[in-house]
Amino acid sequence: MADTAITGRAPATTAEIRRQGGILSAITSRLVILVPYLWLLIFFLIPFFIVFKISLSQTAVAMPPYTPVIGVSNFFSKIGELNFDNYVWLTDDPLYVNAYLRSLLIAAVSTFFTLLIGFPIAYGMARAPATLRPTLLMLVILPFWTSFLIRVYAWIGILKPEGLLNQLLLSLNIIDSPLIILNTDWAIYIGIVYSYLPFMILPLYSSLEKMDYTLVEAANDLGCPPLSAFWKITFPLALPGVVAGCLLVFIPAVGEFVIPDLLGGSETLMIGKTLWNEFNANRDWPVSSAVAIILLLLLVVPIMLFQHYQAKAQEAER
Amino acid sequence: MNTTWSRFNIASIVLGFAFLYLPIVILVIFSFNASKLVTVWGGFSTQWYGSLFRNQGFLDAAWVTIRVGVLSATVSTILGTLAALALTRYTRFRGRVLFSGMVFAPLVMPEVITGLSLLLLFVAIGLDRGFVTVTLAHITFTMCFVAVVVQSRLMTFDRSLEEAAMDLGATPVRTFFAVTLPVILPAIISGWMLAFTLSLDDLVIASFTSGPGATTLPMKIYSQVRLGVTPEINAACTLLIGIVALGVIAASIVNKRREVQRVLDEQTAQRGG
Repeated sequence: MADTAITGRAPATTAEIRRQGGILSAITSRLVILVPYLWLLIFFLIPFFIVFKISLSQTAVAMPPYTPVIGVSNFFSKIGELNFDNYVWLTDDPLYVNAYLRSLLIAAVSTFFTLLIGFPIAYGMARAPATLRPTLLMLVILPFWTSFLIRVYAWIGILKPEGLLNQLLLSLNIIDSPLIILNTDWAIYIGIVYSYLPFMILPLYSSLEKMDYTLVEAANDLGCPPLSAFWKITFPLALPGVVAGCLLVFIPAVGEFVIPDLLGGSETLMIGKTLWNEFNANRDWPVSSAVAIILLLLLVVPIMLFQHYQAKAQEAER
Repeated sequence: MNTTWSRFNIASIVLGFAFLYLPIVILVIFSFNASKLVTVWGGFSTQWYGSLFRNQGFLDAAWVTIRVGVLSATVSTILGTLAALALTRYTRFRGRVLFSGMVFAPLVMPEVITGLSLLLLFVAIGLDRGFVTVTLAHITFTMCFVAVVVQSRLMTFDRSLEEAAMDLGATPVRTFFAVTLPVILPAIISGWMLAFTLSLDDLVIASFTSGPGATTLPMKIYSQVRLGVTPEINAACTLLIGIVALGVIAASIVNKRREVQRVLDEQTAQRGG
């Protein structure tokens, strides 16, 4: 930092700031950490342990509809007779296994399509004249401010057999009978790609914008064909953005409920929808808790990866 | 630098934005459709807006949504700003890894998991489902978004300004309110707006944590959508989009003004110095 060099003073450390402010500021600094920390512990972390606990209990027809196996008082005496029935049942039932596998597959395929569509857009934005870029960025963020539910709902009218897309294609004589898209996997892919596209474009754009394009020009000057220059220079340099974007799309898409429910029709089994039905229709809290725990276990690795990249990006900006 | 904006770049941007905006534009257009069919144009009409304003269920839901949104966004902005300060200013404290994990994980956590776990917490502590529980749930998942927004502003903040204030004898608390807060205020405002919109939009978490008497607008819209697509829902959606768009545009104008003012101030300061 230039001004540090002029004054010859190192930036203040937290210890120094604390010394200057005395006891009052020491208390304030504790509070700054403690208040959000406690809030997240109570409302984010502890609930997971409750979910885990209930997933080990038995279904009962009562309110709340479960019989707890372990309370705080008899935790140790009961630990030998934990009830893993829900998990055994889940892994035995092909319905659930299929729902997990299909969710992962649908999320992976949609993530791939989102990358395929998002990359040219982000690239075009990064190469746009500098004066245009803030406007383009704003235009990408704007749909994010419109309700997710509304954006998914908008597609029903477009994809229906008698919907706008079919009307258009029929009137142009491209097809002679309406395409059945709504209530198929294609509708889910379209829904996910559409809803999550800004999440893909933004990290890609921030990687691509920082890139030094003279590298590509140098490669071209040296006779490297554009496509191979893309794979050898642009793509590797954009890789942090690609990873961040893919994780931002993939992780929530696996547990997606609204899109498969509204666009995928009744036969589509994605795990988010299964959990919702188990909970709201069947009122089976222990089984839905077990479903959530297994989903969480499946997503632990991608979530850790996401955290890792977030932390690395932070370090880079420091 | 030679920025060649090729035809391919322009085409991909135009097509991309058409893909992003056409569905919303179509939805808005068909809210003014006289016909009851959503996909067949039957002339211009605002009748669906009229019937929307006579629908007591929608109005009640809108009122609940606004109250939950304002309350949760306000609390989550305070908590999120504190979390951002904790993450950027205190690089070492016990449990920092866990803390940053808890701040970032909710950003990608599937909503069904967050909703279910919060509901089970509320049942476990014997809190009746309703207005309070939805608000608590919304504070929890929106504060992380606020934290990320404010944190990115704090990263680029010039710490020497704070040092100058403290060298001149201001206490850290006073320094925060006199120096830090004005600089990060735009980020805090956009954080509040982001939290408010997220709360306004949320269906899944609200459905899990809400109870009788606290039906939010997305819950109401969702239960209507399940019965079929109607122009009335299009009208409700258009109003929601309109409110959000107005807010975003207003905020960007305010931000722009502040930015211009800041540049002018800097120029004056430079001329003076």
